[in-house]
Amino acid sequence: MSGAVLVVLEHDRGTIAPAALEALTAGRALAAQLGTTLEALTVGSNGDSLVADAESFGADVIHQAHHALLTDYNPEAWGEVVAQMITATQPAVVLATGTDRGNEVLAQAAARCDSAFVANCLTFEPGQPGGTFGVTRVRWGGSLIERATVAGTGTGTGTGTATGTGTGTGTGTGTGTKLLTIAHHAVDASPAANPGAGTATVFEARLDPSVARTMIVARVERPAGVTLATAPVVVGGGRGVGSADGFAPLQSLADLLGGVVGCSRAVTNLGWRNHTDQVGQTGTRIAPDIYIACGISGAIQHWVGAMASKKILAINTDPQANMVTKSDYAVIGDLHQVIPAITAEIERRRAT
Amino acid sequence: MRILVCVKRVPAPGSRISITADGLAVDTAFLGFTTSPHEECAVEAAVQLVEAHGGSATVLTLGPAEAEEQLRYAASVGVSNAVLLATDGADWDPQRTAAAITAAITAIEDRDGVFDLILFGNESADSGGFQVGVRVARHLDRPIVNGIKGISIADGIATLERPTDAGQEVYELTMPAVAGVKEGINLPRYPTLKGRLASKKVQIAIIEPSAKPGGQVLVRLEPPAELTTSTTMLGNGPDAAAAVVDLLEELGVLR
Ligand SMILES: Cc1cc2nc3c(=O)[nH]c(=O)nc-3n(C[C@H](O)[C@H](O)[C@H](O)COP(=O)(O)OP(=O)(O)OC[C@H]3O[C@@H](n4cnc5c(N)ncnc54)[C@H](O)[C@@H]3O)c2cc1C
Ligand SMILES: Nc1ncnc2c1ncn2[C@@H]1O[C@H](COP(=O)(O)O)[C@@H](O)[C@H]1O
Repeated sequence: MSGAVLVVLEHDRGTIAPAALEALTAGRALAAQLGTTLEALTVGSNGDSLVADAESFGADVIHQAHHALLTDYNPEAWGEVVAQMITATQPAVVLATGTDRGNEVLAQAAARCDSAFVANCLTFEPGQPGGTFGVTRVRWGGSLIERATVAGTGTGTGTGTATGTGTGTGTGTGTGTKLLTIAHHAVDASPAANPGAGTATVFEARLDPSVARTMIVARVERPAGVTLATAPVVVGGGRGVGSADGFAPLQSLADLLGGVVGCSRAVTNLGWRNHTDQVGQTGTRIAPDIYIACGISGAIQHWVGAMASKKILAINTDPQANMVTKSDYAVIGDLHQVIPAITAEIERRRAT
Repeated sequence: MRILVCVKRVPAPGSRISITADGLAVDTAFLGFTTSPHEECAVEAAVQLVEAHGGSATVLTLGPAEAEEQLRYAASVGVSNAVLLATDGADWDPQRTAAAITAAITAIEDRDGVFDLILFGNESADSGGFQVGVRVARHLDRPIVNGIKGISIADGIATLERPTDAGQEVYELTMPAVAGVKEGINLPRYPTLKGRLASKKVQIAIIEPSAKPGGQVLVRLEPPAELTTSTTMLGNGPDAAAAVVDLLEELGVLR
C-alpha cells in the first residue's frame, strides 16, 4: 500500500483559498489513479475551520498542524510543517496550490527534504515505465508546456543530506514523496460525489523558534473595490496609445462600463501607467467578461495574462497583429478615433 | 552594505515560441536575449539601495558564456562586480542551479565577506521553478520571503512588502537576509552612455560550477493546445462603433 496523496490547504487566517479547492479536486483524481487515500493538511489552529471543505471534497483524513508560532502565514514555518508531515506520514505525493504561497511553501519543504519540487503542474502520469513519475507543467507563464519526470524524497542531490523518506535510485525515479503544485485554474474545483466523514487529527508540530524570523509583522488592508484581476470589463492599452495622456479616453470607456484600465509591459516600461495595471506573465492574469485590447500587438507574454477573458475585442491599425488574429472580435482602425466613437455611441443610446 | 543579485539570461520571444527539433529547448535562432524581468527589477533595487546606503552591488548568473551580455547590462546601470558560473548553455534543473549558486556565494563570502542582502527574482521567466532562491537561502541558513514589491533597510533589518489579494503583508528580516523580488517594485532605469562605457571595464569573475543533477528532469517541451478562434470583424474605424456597442449589449456588460 503506497502512501496517501496529501493536499496542503492554503488559507489566510482561516479563510480557504479558492485554489485549495482545485488542489483537493486534482488530489482526489490522483489518489484514485494511485489507488490510495486523499488526505489534507491545514497549518495553524485557525485552519481547523477548513475541515468541512476538505471533507466535502473527499479527504479521508485531515491533519491539523498546531503550534504557538502558527498564528499567521509564515513561509519557513509552513514549509517546516510540511517537511515534518512528510517524515511522519510518508505520503506518496504532497500537492499544494500553484500560487505565490503554495509554491513558496513547497519550495521551503523541498529545500528542507533536499528533494525535487515541480511547480505549476497541469497533469500527472504516475507509473511510467521504469517507475518514473511523469508530469506536464507550465513554462513561460503558460506559453509552453513541459513534460518532465520527478524524483521523490530520499534521492538526494549531492548537497546536504537527504532527510526524506524512501530510497529512490537515480533521477526521475524513487519511491519517496513527490512534491508538486497544481497550476491555478488547471482544474475546476468540484466536490466529491459521495463524500464520507473525514477524520480530523491534530499534528503537534515541533518548531524551532528561529522560524519566527519570516513571520508577518504587519498588514495593510486593501480598500474594497474592483481590481484588475476581478473586473468584469478591462480596457487595455498598449504602445499604440502613444502617451500617458492618451489613456484618458480608455479610462472614460472603462468608467462607463464599470471596468478598469489595463496595459501592456511596453506601457509600464515607458512609465505611462503603473505596473499594477499590467496584464501578462509578469503582471496580472485577468478574466473579465470582455477584454478590449487597444493598440496592443499581442505578444505571447501579454496573451497568457489575457487568454482567460471570456471574450476579447482587439482594436488595432494592423489586421495582422497577433492580438487581432487571436481575438474573438476586432475593429481595424486608429484607437484614438474608434474609442471616442464607442463612448459617444454608448452615451447616445443611454440618452434615448 | 554588500548586495548580491542573481539573474538569469532568457530568450525574448515575440508572438510565438518555437521549439527545437529534439523538443528540449526553445529555438533561439531568431531571438534576442534579455534578463528575466523580475530580476531586472532586483538589479534596480540593489542599485537604489547602494545609492542610498553605500557599499556595492554584485550580479551573478549561471549560464552560457554569452550571459556576459546580461552581466554587462547590470554593470551599465550601476552594479560594480560580476560573476559568471559558466555552463555549456543547457538549462540546469533548480536543485543543481541552487547548489552551484550556493557554492559560489560561499566561496565569494569566504574571501570578501558576507552579503547583507541577496536578491532573487520571484521566478525565472522561462522555466518558472519558483524555488532556486528559497533553496539557496536554506543552504545558507538565511531567512527568505518571496513576492516582494517593496524593500527598505534600517538598523540591520530589511523591511519587505508583499502585496496579496487582501492588501499588503509586511515582513522584517534580520540581515543577512534574502528576498525574491517581483516586477513592479520599481521602474528599472535605462543605461546611460557613461554607464555603458564603464560596464566594458568591469571584470567578470568566471567560476566553473559543478553540482549534481537534481530530481526534476526535462523530457520534452510542447506548444500549448492552440485555441482556434475565428475573429469576427466588426468594421473599420469609428464607423464600427455601433457594432461594438451592439456587442457590449449582447454580452450584458452595458448596464
Ligand atoms: C520574459 C518576458 C515577460 C514579459 N511579460 C509581459 C507581460 O506581463 N505583459 C506584457 O504586456 N508584455 C510582457 N512582455 C513584453 C512583450 O514581449 C511585448 O514586448 C509587449 O507586450 C509589447 O507591448 P505592446 O503590444 O503594447 O507594444 P507593441 O508590440 O509595440 O504593439 C503596439 C501595437 O499597437 C498598434 N497600434 C499602433 N498605433 C495604433 C493606433 N493609433 N491605433 C490602434 N493600434 C495601434 C500596432 O499595430 C501594434 O500592434 C514580456 C517580455 C518578456 C521577454
Ligand atoms: N541560471 C541562473 N542563474 C542565476 N540566477 C538564477 C538562475 N536560475 C534561477 N535563478 C534565480 O532564482 C530565481 C528563481 O528561479 P526559478 O526557481 O527557476 O523560478 C530567479 O528569479 C533568479 O533570480
